[in-house]
Amino acid sequence: MGHNLTITDLQHKSYAIREDIIRMLEHAGSGHSAGPLGLAEVFTALYFNIMNYDPDRPEWDERDYFFLSNGHCVPVQYAAMAEAGFFDKKELLTLRKFGSRLQGHPERTKLPGLENTSGPLGSGLSQAAGVAYTMQYVDNQHKRFVYVVTGDGELDEGNIWEAAMFAGKNKLSQLIVFVDRNNIQIDGTTEQVMPLEDLRGKWESFGWHVQEIDGHNIESIIDAASMARAITNQPSVIITHTIPGKGVDFMEYDYHWHGMPPNSEQAKEALHKLRTLDGKIKGEHQ
Amino acid sequence: MSHYKLAENLFGDDVKREPIRAGFGRGLKATGEANEAVVALCADLTDSTKMSDFKAAFPTRFVEIGVAEQNLVTVASGMARAGKIPFTSSYAAFSPGRNWEQIRTTVCLNDQPVKIVGSHAGISVGPDGATHQMLEDIALMRVLPNMVVVAPGDSIEAEKATRAIAENGKPSYIRLAREGTPIFTTEESHFEIGKAYVLREGHDVSLLGTGTMSYQMLAAAHELEKHSISAEVVHVPTIKPLDGDTILASAKKTGRVVTAEEAQVIGGFGAAVAELLGESLPTPIKRIGIQDRFGESGEPDELLDHFGLTGDKIALAVKDFVATTPQYHRESN
Repeated sequence: MGHNLTITDLQHKSYAIREDIIRMLEHAGSGHSAGPLGLAEVFTALYFNIMNYDPDRPEWDERDYFFLSNGHCVPVQYAAMAEAGFFDKKELLTLRKFGSRLQGHPERTKLPGLENTSGPLGSGLSQAAGVAYTMQYVDNQHKRFVYVVTGDGELDEGNIWEAAMFAGKNKLSQLIVFVDRNNIQIDGTTEQVMPLEDLRGKWESFGWHVQEIDGHNIESIIDAASMARAITNQPSVIITHTIPGKGVDFMEYDYHWHGMPPNSEQAKEALHKLRTLDGKIKGEHQ
Repeated sequence: MSHYKLAENLFGDDVKREPIRAGFGRGLKATGEANEAVVALCADLTDSTKMSDFKAAFPTRFVEIGVAEQNLVTVASGMARAGKIPFTSSYAAFSPGRNWEQIRTTVCLNDQPVKIVGSHAGISVGPDGATHQMLEDIALMRVLPNMVVVAPGDSIEAEKATRAIAENGKPSYIRLAREGTPIFTTEESHFEIGKAYVLREGHDVSLLGTGTMSYQMLAAAHELEKHSISAEVVHVPTIKPLDGDTILASAKKTGRVVTAEEAQVIGGFGAAVAELLGESLPTPIKRIGIQDRFGESGEPDELLDHFGLTGDKIALAVKDFVATTPQYHRESN
C-alpha cells in the first residue's frame, strides 16, 4: 500500500495515537505509559510512511515485517494498527481485558497483523533476524524489509547480542532496528542499572550500520529508515533518542511511569496536555 | 499376539546397534528432499548432532548459529514466521536446557512449527558427566502447551519420527540418545506420532518404555519369562500426546504398570503415565528412571547398570514389584 501523508498529517496521527494510548491505559487500569508515549512518532512513521503492508491482507506475501521486541510497549502498536485500519478503534478499550485480542503483551495468534509474540525481553530481534535471513539467503526476496523496535533496557539481555552477532556475520541488510533510547528501565536509568554506553560503538563493533536520530522528529525517522534501506552490506540500527512519557509533562523523564497507567484524574490531565501539543513537537512547520 | 514387527535376534551380544542420531540425520536429509520448506539450524554441533548430511545436501537451507542456543530457537521462530519448517539441533543439555523461555514464548505460545532436536540426552552420554547428561528435558518440554514430545526407540524409528514431525505443523521436541543403541524396530514397523505399540503381550505386568528404554524393557521381559512372569511390553515413543487408549488397555489387562526412562522420573514419562492412570484407572505403578539426582562420569553401560536401567536390573525390580503388589482390576474392586 502507498502512503501519501504530509509531515503535518503524520504529526497529527502521532497526537491521535498518544491520546489513544492514554485512553487505553486508563481504561485497562494497568500497563506501561512512558515507553509507548515516547514511541508515538516512530510508530507513526513506520505505519504511515515507512512500511509496506495491507491491513486487509495481514499475510500479504509482499509485506514488510514488523517485530516489536519489547512487548510491553504494545499499546503504541495497537493504537497505530487501529489508526491504520487493522481493526476498529473501539476495540482499543479492550486492552488487557478478559477475552480481548489485545493482550497485555502481544500475541501473534490472537490478532492478525502481529508478526510475533513478545514480552520476555530480548528475543524479538532474533526472530526478525530469522525472517531477514530467510529473505536474503533462502527465498531471494531482496525488496522486502524487516523492521524491529527494541527497548534500551532490553539490551541488557544476552539474547540481543547473540542476534546482533548473527545479523552482523550474515550482513542482514534487510534488517532495520530502532532502539528506543529513552534511558529508563524499571529500576532506574539505564546508566545506573547497567550502563549501555558506548552504545554506538557496541553496535558498530558487531558489524552494524549505526545512525542516531531525534526520535520525536518524524522527518528524521523517515530519512533514517530510507538511509538504512540503502545500506546493502550491513544490518542497520537506528539509535532513536526519545523522551519517556513524551507529550505529558508530568510523565516525561520519570522512570516511575515505565510500568504505570494513569488514573482517571491523571488521564484527564494528560489528554488536556496532549490536545495542546500542536506546535510543541518539532514538525515541518518549525 | 502383538502385531508389531520386531527385529530378530534381539538378545544376543551381536544385536545390531547404531546411534539414534544417525537415523535423525538420514530422516532430516530425506525430509529436506521431500519438502523445500525444511531448513536446519545448528549451534556449533553440526557433525555431532548429524545435521551434516542435510548441510552437505542443502547448504543454502542450513544456518550456523554458533554457541548461542537462545538465538538458535528464536531465529528458527522467525524462519517459521517466514514460512519455513526449521529443525534446530544441539545437545539437549543446552537446547532445551538453556533456552526454555524462548521455546515457551516464541515457539509454543507463538505456535510456530519449530522442531527442537535435543541430542545426547540421558545418562548414556557417559564420560562427559552430569553437566552434559540431560535428564530434565522430558519434564521441561511436556509441560508446554502446543508442544509434541517424541523419544524414538532406535535409529530406524528416529528417521521415521523426524519425517513425521516435519509435517505435523506443530512445535515439537525430539529426544535423541548418544550411544549406539540396539535396534529393535524394523523398516516395516509402524510409527505414528501419538501412538504407543504393544511389542509383546503378557498378563502379569505392563512394562512401558520410552526412547531406548523400550529395548531394555524387552530384555527385562525376556529375563522375567525365566521366572514365570508374563510381562507385556509397550513402546511409547510419543510422550505427548500420550496414547491413553493403548496404555489404559494394557494396564487394565495386567493390573500393574512399570515405566522406564533415561530421565528424571519427576515430571518425566513415568509421571505422565502416573497422571493418566491416577485419573482414569488407578493402577499400582513403579517408575524406573533417575530418582531425583544428577548423573556422573562413567562408561554408558556402567552408568545404565548403576542407575538400574539395564534389562537385568529392570527385571529384578519388576520381580520385586510383582511379588509385593497385587494386580488391580476395576471389576473386582
